[in-house]
Amino acid sequence: MIGNKMATAQVVQTECFHCGQACEEVHWVNDKAFCCYGCQTVYEILAANNLCEYYQLENHPGISSRQVDEGIFAYLDKADIRQKLLTFDSKTFSKVTFQVPGIHCVSCVWLLENLQQMNRGILRSEVNFTRKSITIDFDPSAVALSKLVALLSSLGYTPQITLNTESNIVQPDALVSKLAIAGFCFGNVMLFSFPEYLGLNHSDPYLIRTFSILNFGLASLTFFYSGFGYLRSAGKSFSQKQINIDVPIAAGLLALFLRSSYDIVTTTGPGYLDSFTGLVFFLLIGRWFQSKTYETLAFDRDFKSYFPLAVQRLAYDQWVPTLIYDLKPNDSIQIRNMEIVPTDGTLINEEAFFDYSFVTGESRPALVKQGEKVYAGGRLIGQPVKLVVEKPTSQSHLTSLWNNPVFGKVNASKYKKIIDQSARVFTWIVLGIALLTAIYWQFTQPAQMWLVLTSVLMVACPCALALAAPFTYGSMMRVFGRAHFYLKNADVIERLAAVDAVVFDKTGTVTHGDKPNVAFVGHLTEKEMRAVKSLAGASTHPLSCLIAHSIKSISIDAISRFKEIPGKGIQGVIGDHFFQLGAAEFVGAPRVIDAEGSMVFVAIDNDVVGYFQVRTVVRKNIKEMISRLGKACDALLSGDVPSDADLMKKIFGTHPILMFNQTPHDKLDYIYNLQQNGKTVLMVGDGLNDSGALKQADVGITVTDNAGIFTPACDGILDGTQLDALDRFIRLAKASTSILKIAFVISFLYNAIALGFAITGNLTPLTAAILMPMSSISVVGFSSIAVNIVAKRKLKS
Amino acid sequence: MIFVVFLISVSMSIALVFLLAFYLSLKNGQYDDTHTPSIRMLFDNKPVKKEKSDSQISHLK
Repeated sequence: MIGNKMATAQVVQTECFHCGQACEEVHWVNDKAFCCYGCQTVYEILAANNLCEYYQLENHPGISSRQVDEGIFAYLDKADIRQKLLTFDSKTFSKVTFQVPGIHCVSCVWLLENLQQMNRGILRSEVNFTRKSITIDFDPSAVALSKLVALLSSLGYTPQITLNTESNIVQPDALVSKLAIAGFCFGNVMLFSFPEYLGLNHSDPYLIRTFSILNFGLASLTFFYSGFGYLRSAGKSFSQKQINIDVPIAAGLLALFLRSSYDIVTTTGPGYLDSFTGLVFFLLIGRWFQSKTYETLAFDRDFKSYFPLAVQRLAYDQWVPTLIYDLKPNDSIQIRNMEIVPTDGTLINEEAFFDYSFVTGESRPALVKQGEKVYAGGRLIGQPVKLVVEKPTSQSHLTSLWNNPVFGKVNASKYKKIIDQSARVFTWIVLGIALLTAIYWQFTQPAQMWLVLTSVLMVACPCALALAAPFTYGSMMRVFGRAHFYLKNADVIERLAAVDAVVFDKTGTVTHGDKPNVAFVGHLTEKEMRAVKSLAGASTHPLSCLIAHSIKSISIDAISRFKEIPGKGIQGVIGDHFFQLGAAEFVGAPRVIDAEGSMVFVAIDNDVVGYFQVRTVVRKNIKEMISRLGKACDALLSGDVPSDADLMKKIFGTHPILMFNQTPHDKLDYIYNLQQNGKTVLMVGDGLNDSGALKQADVGITVTDNAGIFTPACDGILDGTQLDALDRFIRLAKASTSILKIAFVISFLYNAIALGFAITGNLTPLTAAILMPMSSISVVGFSSIAVNIVAKRKLKS
Repeated sequence: MIFVVFLISVSMSIALVFLLAFYLSLKNGQYDDTHTPSIRMLFDNKPVKKEKSDSQISHLK
């Protein structure tokens, strides 16, 4: 490369008025520039409906979208599909909610809530920005569901339509109302217990009764409504013969409630109901904190989310939209540019390029000729093609991966949680102490035995212990979220901390899969550069497309005598010159092999003027990250051909194993074998081809440049720009486990102090009411603060 | 002492009314989306057309 002059054409950059992207070709409407026909159409629709305020709320709010054919949505009007999608349906009023990943700014909300100005059939639309969803009330007699979706789609807000909707909407309402009731009762019980703390009402037995009865009423509500879940869970874990943290909690709650009821009924004391309601309240806060997750991110997608729901099928000389599950062998289907092939089939057209990077990880599109097999999961690049279906979708080559038992396992957590391990130890210790105390008191003061025994069980309730994990891991999860690393839930951190083998995927993970770097070596004038773009733009070959995209200028040149020679190159006359673009032998250049990518030569009037270098781009700072990971970095598994093995060797060094040509099944097996050797594996991948491995690994992390699209089922989603901090995230996860252990010690200390009071028979309601909330608050405070301090220190360095 | 009991019952019933109000608002979905309303209030409703638009009618419903 030395000695050669690098030149990338930088001609006038025009920003699209709609989406703000640099225009490659400019469409002018009303003195406004648009990058493509799609953006222009959206503008025209909006202008026609008086909705141009859209452009005043934000600069370039639009989404660049491909033109969609309205016909493709016709399947939505089928009765059974309508029924699945609509939340309410009658003759003149229907309600539907869609997920729209495109919602990203103020303008989006404004436009989508003004849909009724575009179509009279739409009655009302409401956007939920955090969930990226839109709820539309419409009149089905005036506008069909398919038209509605087509309208959204034409504006660039294509809804994500999945037919298994039940997993999308989670209702945390029950927990919140339980929490509200517990908080309400806690506050009021505290108020009614206050005279007792101050010793004020001993003069008036009538008043003591009143307060006690009120307290009892409120506590019963807490016990039977808010706290009952703990009893149920404890019962369940007993029947499964596994002691979890809920068992000692339930024992404590039960002891507190029954002992207090006894005290109140026999008028021997005021009971410990303030501690009891407080305990339930704090426990529920922990649950609520833990339940908060990232609503807009989908962590459980399977292959079905990758496929279009419907394709055009030929039936009696007519194209009919058909659900992919209804496709039968020998059906003819049509696939358009950038659409994914839903099932294995045979190509009818002469030739076509398919990008199998989702399936195999191979980033270079494959050429398929007439009569050859096209596999499900391939993405068509270029002109629409026809296929003959060979197998039903569920039996295709790709979906066979999902028949692996890994995907059948529900919640197969092989990992024993720290909290459950401690709970087991804790439960046995408490039972031991309770037994010893009971025996001692039985011999010295039998009358006091039951009271002391219940006191021991009461103060042993590991509320603080139960809060330590949700708050430590929950805070860490939020810290990660701020660093663009989104976890499915807080438990993942615990498994991440135990990781001792990291396996990487190559394409899309270590490298930018879809965006190779295109550089021109040689010299071209601006005008010639434009001509090259025009020529490349006329071809659908993937390399041509990459080159055409890389030149940011406006191509308006007319091409004459254009010719594409498959496997060789393209040529044409632009202006007065004869341009050729292609392989070395095609343009007559000496054959050079570029180990790190492809080369496309340019010749003008049969003179070779230079070449384009198309290279894989490795993400920034990966090498440093790998070396920091050290021995933990175990392997690189790539579905690609080993074309950039040398480049990868440079990055990964000698220790990790580099494997190429790996099928999705191979990857899964590799992870499985590692686990059999006692390793805890972290898989970092991106595409559909890694799904098996991601699922099999103890922790599966998906790397993506755009959270919200195309992420296979995984435990966490990592923003591509943050991959170089992966080792830091692992270290932070380890640190949070240490913080958790310290929090455990703190909570044990409180329990020990309280047990001291209880064993000696000195536990008064006041002591309990002070000690219990204090232990919870100090544990919560410690873990939240410690996590944030540690994170600040580690993420900076 | 009867006035203390009276005051307590008054305070309890007021507290219960608020609890009920919270519960109803939760059920009505007032806490489902806490972000979008803050965006929505920035929009001006320009009186473009004289007749009432669909949106206004549906708001009146």
